Amino acid sequence: MRDFAYARAVTAESAVGTLGDAGTSVLAGGTELLNWFRLGIAAADRVVDIGGLDELHGIDREGDDLRIGALATLTQIGEHPLVTGIAGALASACLQAASAQVRNRATIGGNVLQRTRCPYFRAEEPVPWPCNKRDRGSGCASVAGRHERQAIFGWTPDCVAVQPSDPAVALAALDARAEVLGPAGPRTIPMREFHLTQREAAVLGEPMRENRLEPDELITGYRLPVTTDGQAYLKVRERASYEYALVSAAAAVRLDGDRIAAARVALGSVAQRPWRLAGAEAELPGTALTREALMPVIERAMSEAAPLPQNGFKVTMARNAAVRALLMAGSAR
Amino acid sequence: MTLDFARRVEVALRLNGHDLTTVVSPRTTLLDWLRDDIGLTGTKKGCNEGACGTCTVLVDGQRMNGCLTLVVQCAGRAVTTVEGLAGADGELHPVQRAFAEFDAFQCGYCTPGQLLSAVACIAEGHATDDASVREWMSGNICRCSSYPQITAAVLAAAHGRGQR
Repeated sequence: MRDFAYARAVTAESAVGTLGDAGTSVLAGGTELLNWFRLGIAAADRVVDIGGLDELHGIDREGDDLRIGALATLTQIGEHPLVTGIAGALASACLQAASAQVRNRATIGGNVLQRTRCPYFRAEEPVPWPCNKRDRGSGCASVAGRHERQAIFGWTPDCVAVQPSDPAVALAALDARAEVLGPAGPRTIPMREFHLTQREAAVLGEPMRENRLEPDELITGYRLPVTTDGQAYLKVRERASYEYALVSAAAAVRLDGDRIAAARVALGSVAQRPWRLAGAEAELPGTALTREALMPVIERAMSEAAPLPQNGFKVTMARNAAVRALLMAGSAR
Repeated sequence: MTLDFARRVEVALRLNGHDLTTVVSPRTTLLDWLRDDIGLTGTKKGCNEGACGTCTVLVDGQRMNGCLTLVVQCAGRAVTTVEGLAGADGELHPVQRAFAEFDAFQCGYCTPGQLLSAVACIAEGHATDDASVREWMSGNICRCSSYPQITAAVLAAAHGRGQR
């Protein structure tokens, strides 16, 4: 890890004030940043530590919103009664992420900014193979190599990586908004639009951009509309615990009798952003909460998937995860 | 407001019950500091990326990976390592006794991290049954695969057994 200079922020504004310099990194929990430094994914001359900012802590109900400070840890969110009561899918996603040790350090502000687990990307510098995220224009080793865990939506030949965050999937499904602070003041970004697929980034003219946060902006917290919808977060992985998702699904369901009145569902680890099944959500009201009734609706929503040669299984797995998450959410209240 | 960035930082913290002040380069991890600067080599370095749990220590009673924690982030906090588990008279901590009694290790390299993680797992109330211990101890890898014995030891310690 290269040496860097360090300062503790005294206010959120004081931290933002240092970010105009591209060589400055924000330190919150550090669980991702320190590994970026070790691998050479990031190299900072200066690190500004926001960990001591009380204003970024806290989990509170504010009117019709649940507000979660950016420095709330995954443990705090997963165990907080307000979150388990209002945003059960988020609590579950937090507790299914990483390990107890990591969850005690990792913050919800940093979590959504974690980068792909693509092994070609996560190599120690000098990176021994092409990776456009590490070396712009070098190519993508994964397209020609192993890509069974990569995207089935929104990828381009330049990059097929997925965003691995569990909480981000729940935040997108629950229509959370990120509160961010920049030099010009605060603004909000809907979490279902926060991350960018490779295709969306290409349209913006910045093919390797991964989200809509500006380099000189800081996430200060999230707001989630209070809901009584039943919720679930289903994570499918190769071992029972402490593993990234092959696919995941977050769902929120309101029932009218035994039929769906309204439903929201987002898939994780299928694209470089949480993938809301908007088409299915429009079709689901009036549908019975049974596997047989849900399957064709989700099947249609999956028809736009574009799997790579090695990851066709993820289409089936994601379809089944979405159906199961909806069934779990519908039974959760 | 302008912040002053420094390349050497003074940090006051509590280590195994003793207050101390140290001056570090900001990039120094808690793990490297404990082993290389303080000489407490009980905390082990495995993957150095947060995947194996062998560097687990307690910070204000919460288990954390020493390799993912900077010393500068521990200012004002209380750090407990495996060297701080036994009593002043050398009497083993109940979790240590349980690990010995249940043969909860083979090579022993992961054991310091397993012990600290187990202490926290029990304090959190997660050592209720086999499945819960396996889930909540999943951040500690044992390459010798002593998981059945570790699980038994954690449950025994949680229930006040494993004390001769």
